[in-house]
Amino acid sequence: MPEDDEDQSPPSDLRSQPPCSPNKSRNCISSSSSQTFPDHVLENVLENVLQFLDSRCDRNAASLVCKLWWKVEGLTRSEVFIGNCYALSPARLTQRFKRVRSLLLKGKPRFADFNLMPPDWGANFAPWVSTMAKAYPWLEKVDLKRMFVTDDDLALLAESFPGFKELVLVCCEGFGTSGIAVVANKCRKLKVLDLIESEVTDDEVDWVSCFPEDVTCLESLAFDCVEAPINFKALEGLVGRSPSLRKLRLNRFVSLEELRRLLLLGAPQLTSLGTGSFSRGDQSDEQGPPDYAAAFRACKSVVCLSGFRELMPEYLPAILPVCANLTSLNFSYANISPDMFKPIIHSCHKLQIFWALDSICDEGLQAVAATCKELRELRIFPFDPREDSEGPVSELGLQAISEGCRKLESLLYFCQRMTNAALIAMSHNCPELTVFRLCIMGRHRPDHVTGKAMDEGFGAIVKNCKKLTRLAVSGLLTDQAFRYMGEYGKLIRTLSVAFAGDSDMALRHVLEGCPRLQKLEIRDSPFGDVALRSGMHRYYNMRFVWMSACSLSMGCCKDVARAMPNLVVEVIGSDDDDENREFVDTLYMYRSLDGPRKDAPQFVTIL
Amino acid sequence: MENVGVCDEFVNLKATELRLGLPGTEDGGEEERQKVSCCKSNKRAFPETEKDIESTGKTKPASPPKAQIVGWPPVRSYRKNNIQTKKNESEGQGMYVKVSMDGAPYLRKIDLTVYKQYPELMKSLENMFKFSVGEYCERERYKGSEFVPTYEDKDGDWMLVGDVPWEMFVSSCKRLRIMKGSEAKGLGCGV
Repeated sequence: MPEDDEDQSPPSDLRSQPPCSPNKSRNCISSSSSQTFPDHVLENVLENVLQFLDSRCDRNAASLVCKLWWKVEGLTRSEVFIGNCYALSPARLTQRFKRVRSLLLKGKPRFADFNLMPPDWGANFAPWVSTMAKAYPWLEKVDLKRMFVTDDDLALLAESFPGFKELVLVCCEGFGTSGIAVVANKCRKLKVLDLIESEVTDDEVDWVSCFPEDVTCLESLAFDCVEAPINFKALEGLVGRSPSLRKLRLNRFVSLEELRRLLLLGAPQLTSLGTGSFSRGDQSDEQGPPDYAAAFRACKSVVCLSGFRELMPEYLPAILPVCANLTSLNFSYANISPDMFKPIIHSCHKLQIFWALDSICDEGLQAVAATCKELRELRIFPFDPREDSEGPVSELGLQAISEGCRKLESLLYFCQRMTNAALIAMSHNCPELTVFRLCIMGRHRPDHVTGKAMDEGFGAIVKNCKKLTRLAVSGLLTDQAFRYMGEYGKLIRTLSVAFAGDSDMALRHVLEGCPRLQKLEIRDSPFGDVALRSGMHRYYNMRFVWMSACSLSMGCCKDVARAMPNLVVEVIGSDDDDENREFVDTLYMYRSLDGPRKDAPQFVTIL
Repeated sequence: MENVGVCDEFVNLKATELRLGLPGTEDGGEEERQKVSCCKSNKRAFPETEKDIESTGKTKPASPPKAQIVGWPPVRSYRKNNIQTKKNESEGQGMYVKVSMDGAPYLRKIDLTVYKQYPELMKSLENMFKFSVGEYCERERYKGSEFVPTYEDKDGDWMLVGDVPWEMFVSSCKRLRIMKGSEAKGLGCGV
């Protein structure tokens, strides 16, 4: 499943000057005069100690102790997380951290996923890979999210890092099967090749055949998002010579019959399986229908199941043998009715993560609530993602889940109607909630029973769910809802707002009341200059602010840019250069250590 | 009482009136702007209808079908395009076909059922690959451009786009190729 947009710690401190002087810290010994031991001995000691620090939160803290610690931490950090690729330049990365083995890099803001940003905005991987190619020959892992990656980038990666082990591309684009082929062929130590919800062009290259002929190190291969047929024979061969393979996620060009054959080859080791299309071609059944259940019976270790891209429902019961072991089940590409669904979910007692389409209806959700007592994460996507579609799920399903799944931590729920009462109930029943994202698809829709705004419901969520770090709101919301957010949402790091609020006060409540706010994305809400100015004390401590189709004037954006020199203020416009536009189309601003980027396209104005 | 009856009748009549555009909007031309799926502009669609919605927002949602707003509901296009529908991509007879252009590095895919006639298709291809095709006429085929759109039909033959009636084309087209240069001249011009 794609990585959630969460990070667990404040941003890494990549300032070029260490912040505190040696005199002030008690534990540090200054670098020159009054020392008892030579520098390099101390450094060695520190290195040996600091290498045990894994969490970047701890490392960030350690690097602030003094100059020496800052330096040594920089030498020993092997895993670097960069939440915004434009917050710093690749050169700064390689100057500060000398021995990086693993990079996690995020690019475009999330609203780009919904076509709110023109293509070719940026977030190119190219400058990163070319800089790292020279600086980190021992790089092993690259994990990218929402980056633009070309085939050339992949080729350079494959050639530059002989020990390369893991490539994870989430929501990326710009490359095709030819780039994958190069990685498959040249990265001889490859353990992980995970392509997740990325756009991969079909260059008509048989990339599966490009893996080396001998036994591979592959542990995870996920290509469910690749919209291109594959050479099945080559895949069979690959699975057959990959004894370490634990995770295999097939695309929809692998039929049920082919899946069966693959499972007979390597099922017992697999822990995670993406089933591909889960439908058959037009083969005739000579000896009756094949026994797919037998293939699944062989999957003794599978705990995570996904796929079902073109599900033939009559074959769904074949997965029953694995249901009792499942901790993660993803039905979100399959149109499954409640009747088909209930017998399956009835066996899934250990389920912790469940993704599905709303085609399972409130009835299906009630079945989940009855069985899945260990549920931690629920995502319900709309089968028909339009504002005025039928809504098969509602507050009834949500209420049932809140009563049955008390350990729920993360929720994403698309629906057409909701009530405050259901949200209030959930806020009391599910105190472990850290992520609450509700999308009432009809804009400005009130509580459909009382006709009131959804303020009290969301208010209860922020008030009673004391661990809440991520919130997405929808429906009819007045400034009151935001007053609640500002008052109670003390741990909120990510906030998504659309078509909500009445005035600037709403945004002010949030900017003034939520000290941990890192990522703020707002669209189509009546927030203007006063609100924007009210947050100036916060922007350096945030990863980004996105505001589109709000009421911001160019003049105010310029003022903010002028007042905050380390903030990059991008105004993303539309095609017509109307000087007299009243409001800015899109404002995207973020802090940066290295000033504005040099690769901004024409439609981006950096103030 | 009677007046009310008359009004009801009148209201019903209005509901059955044939017109372009969505019920609830007056201007038929707005239908064009509706389904903007990928755009360079961020403009809110239909500010007029938004006002309507706001004023009636506090009542029960018996509103007319709303225009499609860009990026709303927030479902990624990858997910939108890949949710299993009852009508899946058919295996090559019309529907989704690959399009390649000589000299362009990447293939694209289009859904032929989206178009009603050749001009729409041509316009879309021109936008996609940033070229322009000449004017088509029966005798001289595509004049005035070095690009010639061709397609492979069910029998594996390469044909010129536009030669057969639209419906026949949609049902027999397996893939498209926009030829360029001298190869094109042989196929595209004259007889």
